[in-house]
Amino acid sequence: MSEDAAERVREMVDALYRSDSRRVLATLIRLLGDFDLAEEALHEAFAAALERWPRDGAPANPRAWLVSAGRFKAIDSLRRRARFDASLAQLAERLGPDAGDAATPGWDDEGVEDDRLRLIFTCCHPALPPDAQVALTLRDVCGLTTEEIAPAFLTAAPTVAQRIVRAKAKIRDARIPYQVPSRADLPDRVDTVLHGVYLVFNEGYSASSGASLTRPDLSGEGIRLGRLLVELLPEPEAVGLLALMLLHESRRATRTSPEGELVLLADQDRSRWNREQIAEGVALVERALASRRFGPYTLQAAIAAVHAEAPDAAATDWAQIVGLYDVLARADPSSVVELNRAAAVAMRDGPAAGLALIDAILARGDLGDYHLAHSARADLCRRLGRTAEARASYQRALGLTRLEPERRFLQRRLGELPD
Amino acid sequence: MRYLCLIYDEEKKVGAMSKSESDAFMGEYFAFTDGIKKSGHYLGGEALEPVQTATTVRIRNGKVSTTDGPFAETKEQLGGYYIINARDLNDAIQVASKIPSARLGTVEVRPIMEFNQP
Repeated sequence: MSEDAAERVREMVDALYRSDSRRVLATLIRLLGDFDLAEEALHEAFAAALERWPRDGAPANPRAWLVSAGRFKAIDSLRRRARFDASLAQLAERLGPDAGDAATPGWDDEGVEDDRLRLIFTCCHPALPPDAQVALTLRDVCGLTTEEIAPAFLTAAPTVAQRIVRAKAKIRDARIPYQVPSRADLPDRVDTVLHGVYLVFNEGYSASSGASLTRPDLSGEGIRLGRLLVELLPEPEAVGLLALMLLHESRRATRTSPEGELVLLADQDRSRWNREQIAEGVALVERALASRRFGPYTLQAAIAAVHAEAPDAAATDWAQIVGLYDVLARADPSSVVELNRAAAVAMRDGPAAGLALIDAILARGDLGDYHLAHSARADLCRRLGRTAEARASYQRALGLTRLEPERRFLQRRLGELPD
Repeated sequence: MRYLCLIYDEEKKVGAMSKSESDAFMGEYFAFTDGIKKSGHYLGGEALEPVQTATTVRIRNGKVSTTDGPFAETKEQLGGYYIINARDLNDAIQVASKIPSARLGTVEVRPIMEFNQP
């Protein structure tokens, strides 16, 4: 083969790694029954492709070739190690003497899609701690390195690596199965998976602490995972979650000023909202609502869609937003939902009505440590001219927030209060 | 694979049951145990006397120290256990979720460590 052709094959292998390595990994985990062994096999398979394809030409079905080569390499390495460990010999035996055949058992395109779903459900198993679910999903489903994941959690790469090692050990030792849950368990398990995907997105969209407000990389991964879920498992709530993420994402560019300052929804430049993402999000919301089996993600997406379609804050259909919060509060009761509903009521009926609702939440002892409850209260007091109360609540919020831009925003608001 | 299901109940709550409530609760336990015997999950299991009967034993500086009760005061107390045979964790969770105390207290599911005997 000419040097040029060989170079083209190398580029093809690179592109294949980016587009398909996660699919190949997902299938290897099923065939080999072990995450670490499968990961090793994946890299050996791609190394073998780089070595052989420029010489022999690329195979007709590159993915099947990679799975087959990975499986062969894994069995080979188990046999070599088996000289020191008898249990590995049994494993190598169980995996089959015919390893390396082109016709790998268990290979078909449909099976491969199932493997990706198996991988997501295993990474987001409720028996794993939530931060480990997110780290494992980013590592194995999205293919990010621990070095890429670590900054998102403001931790060091070894900490993330440790979390992943512990999660994999639990998968192995407690025997978390590599499977899509049975129909009876599916609703609960889908919730955990959706929650895991939303955590990935939110870690990018509203970082919980640190100097910057948003981390776009993780939001992009969240949306990518959301699309994958909708493709593999078109449950209404998966559709609703994707809609919610797209509608939030459409506003990203306007949530911070060029100086990195926080810009509230009412003050954002709506001409810069991403219309393409809004159109896709709105269409998905309608699809999820039409199913009549929707839940909290779809309802939140519907609220985001009302905002997205309003020309400005004053012209927003606040009555509809309050109505959607009413339904949401029944589907998924929480004090945070009540707080958001109170803010919408303040827009519909005036600040005094909203303030009464927020004070009722705080009076029963809820959200006392939640900075947004105090900043929302401060804002309503300010609009009512109750300056002293506004000042106290802004100060309370300031003491609770961990985000620098939010601190600066609250300080600015405090400075603007009349004496 | 074997799993240990540790059953934690609030003894106060269970103790406060009326005769008929507690009979019904025990009936549920008998039915559950029968069920997992039939399904082949059951390997063993016992209920424990209340926590006031417990004794904690430790050796410190070479001396046996014996004290009353469990080491830490918690709201829920270990009240019994099952050892089950399950295909995998999902199967074990299925079984554990049917233990009557899962509704009132909590059930901890732990894989049993298998040692490879030569």
